Amino acid sequence: MQKKVACSFPDEVLEHVFSFIQSDKDRNAVSMVCKSWYEIERWCRRKIFIGNCYAVSPRMVIRRFPKVRSIELKGKPHFADFNLVPDGWGGYVLPWIAEMAGAYPWLEEIRLKRMVVTDECLELIAKSFKNFKVLVLFSCEGFSTDGLAAIAASCMNLRELDLRDSDVDDLGGHWLSHFPETYTSLVSLNSSCLGSDEVSLSALERLVGRCTNLRTLRLNRAVPLDKIANILGRAPQLVDFGTGTYGADLQSDVFSSLAGAFSSCKELRSLSGFWDVVPAYLPAIYPVCSRLTSLNLSYVTIQSPDLVKLLRHCPSLQRLLVLDYIEDSGLEALSSSCKDLQELRVFPSDPFGEEPNVSLTEQGLVSVCLACPKLQSVLYFCRRMSNVALVTIAQNCPNLTRFRLCIIEPRTADFLTLEPLDVGFGAIVEHCKDLRRLSLSGLLTDRVFEYIGRYAKKLEMLSVAFAGESDLGLHHVLSGCESLRKLEIRDCPFGDKALLANASKLETMRSLWMSSCAVSFGACKLLGQKMPRLNVEVIDESGPPDSRPDSCPVDKLYIYRSVAGPRFDMPPFVWTMDEDSALQVHALHVAEYNRKPDWIGVGTYEESIQGLRAKMPFVLYLAELSNTSQCSSQPLLSGDTTLTPPRPLLRLPIETLESDDKTQRSKEGKYMIKMRYSMNPTICFEIRPISTRSFPGV
Amino acid sequence: MSSENGKRLPETDAAGLNFEATELTLGLPGKSRVTSDGGAKLGSKRGFSETVDLSLGDKKDTNKLGQTQSQIDAREAAPGSKAQVVGWPPVRGYAKRGKKSCKYVKVAVDGAPYLRKVDLEMYNTYQQLLASLEDMFSCFTIRNFLNEKKMDQVNGIEYVPTYEDKDGDWMLVGDVPWQMFVESCKRIRLMKNTETVELAPRTPPKWSRRS
Repeated sequence: MQKKVACSFPDEVLEHVFSFIQSDKDRNAVSMVCKSWYEIERWCRRKIFIGNCYAVSPRMVIRRFPKVRSIELKGKPHFADFNLVPDGWGGYVLPWIAEMAGAYPWLEEIRLKRMVVTDECLELIAKSFKNFKVLVLFSCEGFSTDGLAAIAASCMNLRELDLRDSDVDDLGGHWLSHFPETYTSLVSLNSSCLGSDEVSLSALERLVGRCTNLRTLRLNRAVPLDKIANILGRAPQLVDFGTGTYGADLQSDVFSSLAGAFSSCKELRSLSGFWDVVPAYLPAIYPVCSRLTSLNLSYVTIQSPDLVKLLRHCPSLQRLLVLDYIEDSGLEALSSSCKDLQELRVFPSDPFGEEPNVSLTEQGLVSVCLACPKLQSVLYFCRRMSNVALVTIAQNCPNLTRFRLCIIEPRTADFLTLEPLDVGFGAIVEHCKDLRRLSLSGLLTDRVFEYIGRYAKKLEMLSVAFAGESDLGLHHVLSGCESLRKLEIRDCPFGDKALLANASKLETMRSLWMSSCAVSFGACKLLGQKMPRLNVEVIDESGPPDSRPDSCPVDKLYIYRSVAGPRFDMPPFVWTMDEDSALQVHALHVAEYNRKPDWIGVGTYEESIQGLRAKMPFVLYLAELSNTSQCSSQPLLSGDTTLTPPRPLLRLPIETLESDDKTQRSKEGKYMIKMRYSMNPTICFEIRPISTRSFPGV
Repeated sequence: MSSENGKRLPETDAAGLNFEATELTLGLPGKSRVTSDGGAKLGSKRGFSETVDLSLGDKKDTNKLGQTQSQIDAREAAPGSKAQVVGWPPVRGYAKRGKKSCKYVKVAVDGAPYLRKVDLEMYNTYQQLLASLEDMFSCFTIRNFLNEKKMDQVNGIEYVPTYEDKDGDWMLVGDVPWQMFVESCKRIRLMKNTETVELAPRTPPKWSRRS
């Protein structure tokens, strides 16, 4: 590398300096200083965070950062947690793992959120990364305990295996016994989401016993209460423990060994689990309560007095997750016992009931906010709210960074004045200057968005539902919130105007989700055409949006910035609005699959049409494979009029193909691209553009 | 919770309801819109009734605007109760909190590029389960590229429904009483006929093929 200025440091010195810079933002800033710093920095970046797996391609990441050791990826939009994103939408991690297997043999950490992970992915991880240490699968799906067994069997240096909230096909606890007897490096294990009734207790106990560095252990529901003492006895150094089932017939010997086991855990700071709680067993944890900083009681279905009794033992509590059984009275008690509280989450015990089943109102939250000066993060479900309560909260908790309020009935007004809650939320954004995350609910007009646009300058994520009156509301947010990264909106009367007027804002954000709003298909197309660095995706399960007039509203819209262009793994109910309709991928029917690396069998055009109507996950087939004996399908024609409405099929002009080892020229001059994308179960498929000879107009 | 899961309307009623159900409105403030997800089980993973309601190629269940059975079902939800809104309130995995009564198993079809999940608790008999599986996979055309043959229906001569039980054995669906099957079934696989010979030789289950 050339040194342009005589007084600049040697590269090694710069690299050493950069190694002290850990945060992504700072690293990005460093890389923008000059070309040589960009070069040095990219060779020594070890950790990558990609907030949207479709914003960039694996290939691009690898090209820029060749020596990565740790990667974090997020897939589906947040509203996927609430069933708003249909199955099959995407978020497949296999393409990433496949590329990294070759490029990053020393990869140590993979953290994924809301992605589809298959057993094949897990097996590939186990096989490819010799020094693999950390696997975090947060709200992922698509894999089974067989895949976990592969990880357990091969990853000798595994430190952390965290499956929190993932949807795992739990085939029983035998995967635990795949950890060899010589394996002792486990530091953190969270298998609390596993749903099977079976668990291999002896394998678990042996594993816990021999891993003396174990700090975090979160069991799943299948582990019975009477086994806890045994497990804790083998791991008294635990800092974070999640029980399994915490209920059984009360037996004094079980109780006393449980209490004894807990009391010998001097380092324990965090407890969770507690399924099926029997209140009589709760006092067994009292010996550790005074040191607890985090308590997750979100599965504890006991009444307020019992909850309060427990919480009174926990003066050091900083983080509490609890059901609304705690009621206003319990929160009042909490506020006097737990002065260090920083985070409070109150979940609804009966979210779909029409009448309140507990006495939990805005008062509970207000009493906590008045008495706990360190409160920063709130997630609160309740059934009524008032502006006066919100103003009180805002004035007493100016340090709030996350405020998520869910008033269960949509469009509920201030119960005292029957007015909208605009003023209340306005106070929140005005007083809480460091607010980064906000979720709105209740009756809200465009005014609340005016306040948000004016005051919420540090706001990064905003969730809106059943609110607003016109496009002006959306316009306030998009034009005013300077730090906005993620905006998710559902059931609001926001249409085309604000979106199109603020199109360039969307390139400064990670993503925008709008569902059940009033954005027209025409506007989506326009946005897609005008903004090449945005992927505009329309999700509509009732049929192709172009079978309706352009003025019709789309069902769901997901817009995100991307340097990778439109994605190719979309299911049939997702349409991408792109500048070049020739690049629209309309997936076709896969007639049969096999695991051969070169290609898969495909069906005829007729089968493909049927498949499109069937709305199954597809793969696109372009060309006549005349040089293989395995397929005798007919060539596909573009713009086929038998398909209503006529839609262009994918045509990849030669110049858009990547010319690297993934393409090879066959003797007839056709190009093949191998794309190892996978749906469950895995398929490899090919997209083959055809020569102009057989495809006029390409 | 709404109780319309798995309910099927006769064709004429469906046709009659469809007209209103398909009216496109913008959902002015004050009206909650029920989306094509059906809103049957809020906060839970998609249930079988939702997958079958996608009406894979089964023309009788869709009207000309492509609205699905689940939308019609949702409208038909017990009169007097509110139509539930999908994904609201925004609680994650609600079905997992406390309830253990759903029994989801994966259904794999040999040669299919995807799996489906069904909730066995939604059925009372083998007939119902197999009818649903037929619907789910009915338009799936399989091409045996070696023989250039097309096999039309998944549940016909070519495919046999089998399941893996708690002991890890692969059994023919229909062999044991229904309740025992529900308790012991871990996953279902529709096997190609050529592969089923090694299973215990029994007469094929007594369910009938839809013509």
